[in-house]
Amino acid sequence: MAIPIRVKVNGQVEALEVAPDESLLSMLRERLDLTGAKEGCNEGECGACVVLLDGKAVNACLVLAAEADGHEVTTIEGLGRPGALHPLQKAFLAHQAVQCGFCTPGMIMTALSLLLENPAPTEEEVRTAISGNLCRCTGYRQILDAVQAAAQEMRAGAQGRRP
Amino acid sequence: MTKPKSFRVVGKPVAKKDAPALALGAPLFCADRVPPRCLVGRILGSPHAHARIRAIDISAAEKLPGVHAVLCHTNVPRVMRTTAGQGAPEPSPYDFTTFDAKVRFVGDRVAAVAAETAAIAEEALRAIRVEYEVLEPVLDPRQAMKSGAPVIHDEPDAHAVIPVPYEPQRNLASHVDTMVGEPDRAFREADIVLEGEFVTPYAQHTPIETHCCLAEPLLDGRLRLTTSTQVPFHARRIVAQALELPVSRIHVVKPRIGGGFGAKQEVLIEDVAALLAQRSGRPVYLELSRREEFVSSRTRHSMVVGLKIGAQKNGELAAVDLRVLSNTGAYGSHALTVSCNCGSKVLPLYRWPHIRFTADAVYTNLPVAGAYRGYGATQAAFAMESLMDELARRLGCDPIELRLRHAIRKGETSPIFRALGEGSEGVEQSIGSTGLERCLKLGARAIGWKKKWGNARWHAPQGALRRGIGMCALMQGSSIPQVDMGGAFLKLNEDGSFNLLVGATDLGTGSDTVLAQVAAEVLGVNVEQIVVTSSDTDLTPFDVGAYASSTTYLSGMAVRKAAENAAAQIRKVAARLLSAKASEIRLENGSAVAPGGKSVTLARVACHSLYEHDQHQIAGFASHISEKSPPPFSAHFAEVVVDTETGLVKVEKYVAAVDCGTAINPQLAEGQTEGAVLNGISYALCEEYLFTEQGRMRNDSFREYKIFCTRDVPQLTTILVPTYEPTGPFGAKSVSEIGINGPMPAISNAIFDAVGVRLRQAPFTPERVLEALRRG
Repeated sequence: MAIPIRVKVNGQVEALEVAPDESLLSMLRERLDLTGAKEGCNEGECGACVVLLDGKAVNACLVLAAEADGHEVTTIEGLGRPGALHPLQKAFLAHQAVQCGFCTPGMIMTALSLLLENPAPTEEEVRTAISGNLCRCTGYRQILDAVQAAAQEMRAGAQGRRP
Repeated sequence: MTKPKSFRVVGKPVAKKDAPALALGAPLFCADRVPPRCLVGRILGSPHAHARIRAIDISAAEKLPGVHAVLCHTNVPRVMRTTAGQGAPEPSPYDFTTFDAKVRFVGDRVAAVAAETAAIAEEALRAIRVEYEVLEPVLDPRQAMKSGAPVIHDEPDAHAVIPVPYEPQRNLASHVDTMVGEPDRAFREADIVLEGEFVTPYAQHTPIETHCCLAEPLLDGRLRLTTSTQVPFHARRIVAQALELPVSRIHVVKPRIGGGFGAKQEVLIEDVAALLAQRSGRPVYLELSRREEFVSSRTRHSMVVGLKIGAQKNGELAAVDLRVLSNTGAYGSHALTVSCNCGSKVLPLYRWPHIRFTADAVYTNLPVAGAYRGYGATQAAFAMESLMDELARRLGCDPIELRLRHAIRKGETSPIFRALGEGSEGVEQSIGSTGLERCLKLGARAIGWKKKWGNARWHAPQGALRRGIGMCALMQGSSIPQVDMGGAFLKLNEDGSFNLLVGATDLGTGSDTVLAQVAAEVLGVNVEQIVVTSSDTDLTPFDVGAYASSTTYLSGMAVRKAAENAAAQIRKVAARLLSAKASEIRLENGSAVAPGGKSVTLARVACHSLYEHDQHQIAGFASHISEKSPPPFSAHFAEVVVDTETGLVKVEKYVAAVDCGTAINPQLAEGQTEGAVLNGISYALCEEYLFTEQGRMRNDSFREYKIFCTRDVPQLTTILVPTYEPTGPFGAKSVSEIGINGPMPAISNAIFDAVGVRLRQAPFTPERVLEALRRG
């Protein structure tokens, strides 16, 4: 039994027929070929699959594709392009916060969700926000530093745009 | 090689080459490359720890619509081999075949299927009927060698392929012993003898990407495996062995991989994926679930390390006796070599005049151990550095002073280097570089050792909280001497860029970038001018792969030599264009420069050599083996707070100072160190497999097997202490493993400093700390 849904993914409306037990993660990876969100555990414990659902970070492995009907999904692919990186992506590069890079898309999307809500987080708030995103390569310091640097950059950018 | 006056690219925090695409979420990993209509592979695991398969019926599974292949021991050839991705002939016993009529741990392979969807594959697994004769399991390594214990490898064809002790009828997977001098006499004559037994648990690497492999039959009848491996060339050889094919029929490609830490030095699922693709004639994608990664992948060897040290009252070291009982689980992957490393990476650190080292690795019906960052040094360093702390206290001296006094120095050797190899004699070497003294001094300063050590006011209790400080010293190696080999090939293109082709394997470590820096330094170009292709068995030269802390040191030297080879050819062509002597031409800023300052660009040199005169491809090739395994050295410092009511240990500050020679890329070297240290702290405080009485892992998810997250990170300081290792590329040694060895002893020593009890069994959970406090 397929369920028809309409979901806006990275700004583009997609009309799809999904299975009742299909996860948002499978839908993105297998139907839309958006493989930036990764599967690390498939039970919401590692954060590698985090995407934004209406601007809020969710573990895409725990959300049913059908639940996304009528909502807006943003994935890492919707963030930046080669040569036009998002401030978070730039900051991750500048701070060498990408080692193997498998957790990076989830980290960046979780951090983005935080910064949309709280543009000037304390270090403690960043630590709490990304505590559900596991990384085994770094000691997290470079990631925490990158998020703070991006927050600053994004605040400066937002101020710059004001008349 | 002598040290150059200054570097241009080496030693600079060059951005990681793959980072922009990774940060964009580009499809770079194995799972991102699964083609449409690819079959899904699934493996059936054993529900029993020890059982014989009396009968297996796969007919119902085979008949299911959408199922394209079903494998089990009755339809797959029996080829005894090892899954350990090591050089051939492997030092690990041949005690494994793709599918066997016996299962030896809960999660051991019984069968595998390939089907059109995951749901059909899982239905097919349920349709396989297996009749087991359940056998008594061996779950306690201390009981494994007792007479009358069930024999786990009773198959007649299990054997060792190199001449080493191997007695499967006693559940003995490997045995090592060596002796220097007269330890028994030295202990009798010692004023102080200290002894302890140190227990380290089963733990897992938990790369965030589990093992995964895409197997595709090619039009020419070959098989291409795109796989998350640290050892592409060993994977090709071992898959060819399992499938009884020549290596030329197998093409292994390593895409970006999501961490390895040793777990992917194992040829773990490539054989099954390849067989499923071969049988079905279709591409097959096989990926372990997180549960399978915990249960059926590889783990750190759990060990009981017995250590005895003797010293005189004046602080002179007398003797050491290190006895290792290693639990290799159901198969002997890396059993021998991890055991050897317990001695070879720990005993040479101090100048022991008399030494005894024995190590038995035993089979049990528990998950299979393998390579894991630290590789035995982690377990043995816990014992050694804990007892050295006790010795310092007994002698009434500062533990830093004790290390400074006895640590091996530049120009010195240790009898252990020659005595202990990998199942054979080792390689004699003297220390060419050591920064341990500076590591100890700078680390001590960073943590405020002088103000805190022995200071009663700093230690003053605050309610139930007690503060403590501890430290340890460490060494590791860089590559396996006279065994490991790396190859590099480099060619010049018309625009002055180079293709660098290396077998070396970047598993997220940044080695592609580090190796490009080495080439760029020699060739006088920017890193952007070096296009790196790595780890493709059809395209790149051989390399043993990413293990034994070898890539920067060993493969880096191959790159340096290949680049120097190409540079000589460039100078020759430039000499003609500049009417100068080739020997006087320098390569800098993308040009070849003659003594008077006249120059020609590398693009011009390339075009001249490709199109105009005496046409040829300017290209350098080199292989490198090492005659030595120069140790990196490190000193770690931990400051902890112990809650005496709850038993909770909190690491407040942690300092790791490391001498990795020249850090080719300091940011990446710091990243390696911090990652290893945090993994080590996590292992010391909370990581441990728990088993049921039947040998099933109880905590096989991230919910129950906790690894450190951002909220757990202490204030962590990394200090790189530069030295110059004459045998490494631009003075480099290794850095990837050593950092994981420090936290267990440094934290245990700090806990003792805080509350006066020694924790000799890790992890130091609140329960264990409270229990230790109760016992006093």
